[in-house]
Amino acid sequence: MSVEFDIAETLDVKGASCPMPVVKTKSAIDDLSEGEVLEVLATDPGSMSDLDGWATGTDGVEMLDQVEGDEVYKHYVRKTE
Amino acid sequence: MSTDTPDSTTGDAPGGDAEEAPSRAELAARVEELESQLSEVAADEGTKKMSIVATKGTLDMAYPPLILASTAAAFGYEVTVFHTFWGLDILHEERSKNLKLSSVGNPNMPVPNVVGALPGMDRVTTSMMEKRIDDNDTATIEELIETSLDMGVEFQACQMTIELMDYDEDDFYDGVTTGVGAATAIQDMADADIQLLV
Repeated sequence: MSVEFDIAETLDVKGASCPMPVVKTKSAIDDLSEGEVLEVLATDPGSMSDLDGWATGTDGVEMLDQVEGDEVYKHYVRKTE
Repeated sequence: MSTDTPDSTTGDAPGGDAEEAPSRAELAARVEELESQLSEVAADEGTKKMSIVATKGTLDMAYPPLILASTAAAFGYEVTVFHTFWGLDILHEERSKNLKLSSVGNPNMPVPNVVGALPGMDRVTTSMMEKRIDDNDTATIEELIETSLDMGVEFQACQMTIELMDYDEDDFYDGVTTGVGAATAIQDMADADIQLLV
């Protein structure tokens, strides 16, 4: 899938495992402004389900895309409010 | 047939009770009161809450409450973790860095219980687990506590067990709440959307 949005910030949580990818994503999103997109790079296979679940269950964020690359999982989260 | 219809009824008050109809001003005041109560309830419901009671102090049992607390905080939950009995060791700055894994009582351990019961075996199994935690880049207990505190998780140390274990309030991480008891925990549980005993 092509990436069709501007990335405001990239968070590298490669190597980190549960719960850190979600926890650090939350902190990084807090530092963004409304409408900005955070790119999260993770190696934890659980991040696919966990970050999607977090985005669904959390107000003010939207999961735009999740890409399963070679060993790195990329997530694109927009801050909506 | 009916004998309870007073003759004086004017027609607009069926039943004709002795109670006087509330005035417009009274009704307006009542509506205002209810609206303010409703907005309080709505505001209260806006914040999701989780209440965890942590009672265990082994290395393996220290992780679940901390992982769930920090993750719930990331979801926007207001989280309190009430630590009592061995769970206090998780908040104890020094002891939290030396939590042990028991080598007996868990059939999944790589050694039979009879071997696990030998002196020094807890140290061996704890070292094995610590190495795995390190190799896997799993967060340490200290990291999880600091992260949770940063995210606004409230850690409470049960006052009764602080005294029972002869700990000092200064033994705990900065930011830990002391001077609380079961009633505080019950209050948190009553208000919470999720309640867990670990």
